[in-house]
Amino acid sequence: MTSPAKQKLVIVGNGMAPGRMLEHLLEAAPERFEITIFNAEPRVNYDRIMLSPVLSGEKAYEDIVIHDDAWYEGHGIRLLKGARVTGIDRSAKTVTAADGTVAAYDKLVVATGSGPIVIPVPGHKLPGVVAYRDLDDVEAMLAAAGKGGHAVVIGGGLLGLEAAAGLKMRGMEVTVLHLMGHLMERQLDPAAGYLLERSMEARGIRIITRANTHAIVGESHVEAVRLDDDTEIPADLVVMAVGIRPAAELAREAGIEAGRGVLVDDAMLTSDPDILAIGECVEHRGICYGLVAPLYEMAKVAAKTLIGEEAAYGGSVTATKLKVTGVDLYSAGDFAEAEGREEIVLRDAAAGVYKRLVLESNRIIGVVLYGETADGPWFFDLLKKGTDVTELRDTLIFGQAYQGGAQLDPMAAVAALPDDAEICGCNGISKGTIVKAIREKGLTALAEVRAHTKASASCGTCTGLVEQLMQLTLGDAYSKSAVEPVCGCTDLGHDDVRRLIVAKELKSIPALMQELEWRSSGGCAKCRPALNYYLLATWPEEYRDDGQSRFVNERVHANIQKNGLYSVVPRMWGGLTNPTELRAIADVADKFAIPMVKMTGGQRVDLVGVKKEDLPAIWADLSKVGLVSGHAYGKALRTVKTCVGSTWCRFGTQDAMGLGIKLEKSLWGSWTPAKVKLAVSGCPRNCSESTCKDVGIICVDSGYEIHYAGAAGLDIKGTEVLCHAKTEEETVEIVAALIQLYREQGRYLERIYKWAKRVGEESIKEAVVDDLDKRRALVERFAISQKHAQDDPWAARARGADAHEFAPLYDFAKLEAAE
Amino acid sequence: MTKHDMSWVEIGQLTDIPKQGSRVVRTPRGDLAVFRSIDDEVFALWDRCPHKGGPLSQGIVHGRNVTCPLHNWVINLEDGTVQGPDEGCARGVAVRLEGGRILIDGAALAGNAA
Repeated sequence: MTSPAKQKLVIVGNGMAPGRMLEHLLEAAPERFEITIFNAEPRVNYDRIMLSPVLSGEKAYEDIVIHDDAWYEGHGIRLLKGARVTGIDRSAKTVTAADGTVAAYDKLVVATGSGPIVIPVPGHKLPGVVAYRDLDDVEAMLAAAGKGGHAVVIGGGLLGLEAAAGLKMRGMEVTVLHLMGHLMERQLDPAAGYLLERSMEARGIRIITRANTHAIVGESHVEAVRLDDDTEIPADLVVMAVGIRPAAELAREAGIEAGRGVLVDDAMLTSDPDILAIGECVEHRGICYGLVAPLYEMAKVAAKTLIGEEAAYGGSVTATKLKVTGVDLYSAGDFAEAEGREEIVLRDAAAGVYKRLVLESNRIIGVVLYGETADGPWFFDLLKKGTDVTELRDTLIFGQAYQGGAQLDPMAAVAALPDDAEICGCNGISKGTIVKAIREKGLTALAEVRAHTKASASCGTCTGLVEQLMQLTLGDAYSKSAVEPVCGCTDLGHDDVRRLIVAKELKSIPALMQELEWRSSGGCAKCRPALNYYLLATWPEEYRDDGQSRFVNERVHANIQKNGLYSVVPRMWGGLTNPTELRAIADVADKFAIPMVKMTGGQRVDLVGVKKEDLPAIWADLSKVGLVSGHAYGKALRTVKTCVGSTWCRFGTQDAMGLGIKLEKSLWGSWTPAKVKLAVSGCPRNCSESTCKDVGIICVDSGYEIHYAGAAGLDIKGTEVLCHAKTEEETVEIVAALIQLYREQGRYLERIYKWAKRVGEESIKEAVVDDLDKRRALVERFAISQKHAQDDPWAARARGADAHEFAPLYDFAKLEAAE
Repeated sequence: MTKHDMSWVEIGQLTDIPKQGSRVVRTPRGDLAVFRSIDDEVFALWDRCPHKGGPLSQGIVHGRNVTCPLHNWVINLEDGTVQGPDEGCARGVAVRLEGGRILIDGAALAGNAA
């Protein structure tokens, strides 16, 4: 079969704008071009606006990748990593990279982005001086932060403040130097700038305004920053975040017309009709943009131009949000004072709220919100549409909820938004688009809405709005569990708490409650066990388990019964036992007058009705024959149920018992968000009932089918198939990775099937099956945790650990008997 | 009940009980649960939840409350009242700290079970 020769498309640069352009292009005309990308950075395409959360530790690099290697491969795109283009030959229609690679093009897209502005003060080239533009910069900062010490951030704009907050969270002493009289002067007025300054200082970040850097001082490495007034500020790291400049040199040298940036028309074409330019490197109608929303609009237009459709970019009005956890700040438009402008201001110093609207001819032209930003998108919508606000004026500043009624419900505000109101500023997604996708595609989870519409998928600050829209559209069918607080002691949800434990390196319950502003002294019975688990799972090598924060069963390693007596279930590996073990169990039952011996549903023996003070002695007797705790009382690995498999059964295909024992030996002892039950069946007849377990294996001739996310309790649910494994070793490895992922992502008391539904089966499969690097990393983290967990708690207590737990403080009866 | 003279009996040291924990004192009238709060206050309640008799000494201690291990009723340690939507009251015994020693009202322990 022959097909018409594809046109050659070459893209210089692999940032967010060309990434988005490719998505549009591949959707509209997947076969049209043979695509080659030159990326000066040695990596794939990632979400540059999320660098700050990476710096602060709230996200990892993997979390911000937009297109991974598989994506490029799947679309047949040639991505040249670490290849910086050095020249464009417009007559030969080729580009050449520093490594000598030459590529011919029919169409060329220049997306070279921007570079940081470096102030050429003495010392600006010293080691320890970095910019804040890409992942390399972030890595350099993290390396420096790892050593602690002092950081000086030059520039109190958006990027500078995010860098400062990130470095502070990483434990450095941070000073921000800002040339102007107040922070973020391009987005904020002085009053909001002052509130911001106070809030940054409350975090322990020192702010010096009107600070003119004179020199960066140091011998072989930066040591200090000297200001014009001779003040010296010690510095082990200097971050230059004073601004960006379009990277237009490559285009300019090739003879393409350029001003501050590469000049483009509304179709994104440069002065050469075969060359387009998009992103931060362009100058459109005299404006260079540095925010993501306009770049995405350009990307859309460029994709259409490339396939010959008419499209025009008309410029953008932009809004800004600061991504510093705990600081709510929103600004849009123009708010300088001028003739004919009026303003409406609301101040609530006690609540730390400041709102300012700038009006001209009864239309909003500028918005500054601090402390309370929920109405930002509504004001921005009025601004962009140029709506006459005469009628709303009296109550305008109070926000949308006060218009046309007394409803204060935030849901009402979202309900009242018009369909074309923009919800996600980064991706330009309107309310109507989101609602339509939810209805037509039957979306019920935030992740699905993100996947289908891209709303809240970039910077994430509109997540709350998107959730409200889901609630509005789906009604009761949508459970907003994502934002449900852990308990009454906090407003934070489980995921926030887990994220902040990592980001702020919280390593004890008191530290966590202090830092995250717990409302109660010492928490409650709901949050403490959850926090104890999260800390244990996050810091397996450092955290000291807090027994007082565990439910009684996990504290005393036995199951409390309705009358205060306990039950004891020893582990029987893979459901196997032997006469010696059974004899020891029988002897213990006799010796301690245990009233009942029962078989459990998980192929083990339950000794029921044990007095608490007898527990250590019983465990001592059981330990002698090698019996260990079965964790039948814990949020932990319970049982691995097996059938006799190929060892005995005429239908058996594999050694089900052997694999069951291997799995149990690998997983026992680990603490998990909720209990974990396994089963291994020797053939698809499934006698071990693997298909309703948290993890179930079904042996087949060709290997092992790994199932997971089943349930047979409050809910009944068949398992999902995770994958097929060829060997026992591979099966054990994949299951360990699965359990570790669950340990890292599961919310306390959330069973595997609920976790899988929440995060999506695709993401789980990707991490534990498809991506071998991720799988290995998970297995490695699990192994580290298991090193500290696989220590039989019964034997330890039989030897005397936690003795106070099992003996009365004082016994009047004994005292009387003694007398 | 008539008033009786208190006779303080030492039952142990504050440090014998973990912070945010509890231990049991066996008495002729049944088990008494002695609690230690995060702020090193001590309280003593009979070890029976007013709901279904659960052993309060086995619960999680938080603030000046304990949550019963059986059905999560929350009992106030100062006066034994049940918190939240449930109703009821656990009974207590006078207890005090004297330089790290825990003393309880011995007279309250005599006599028949509650």
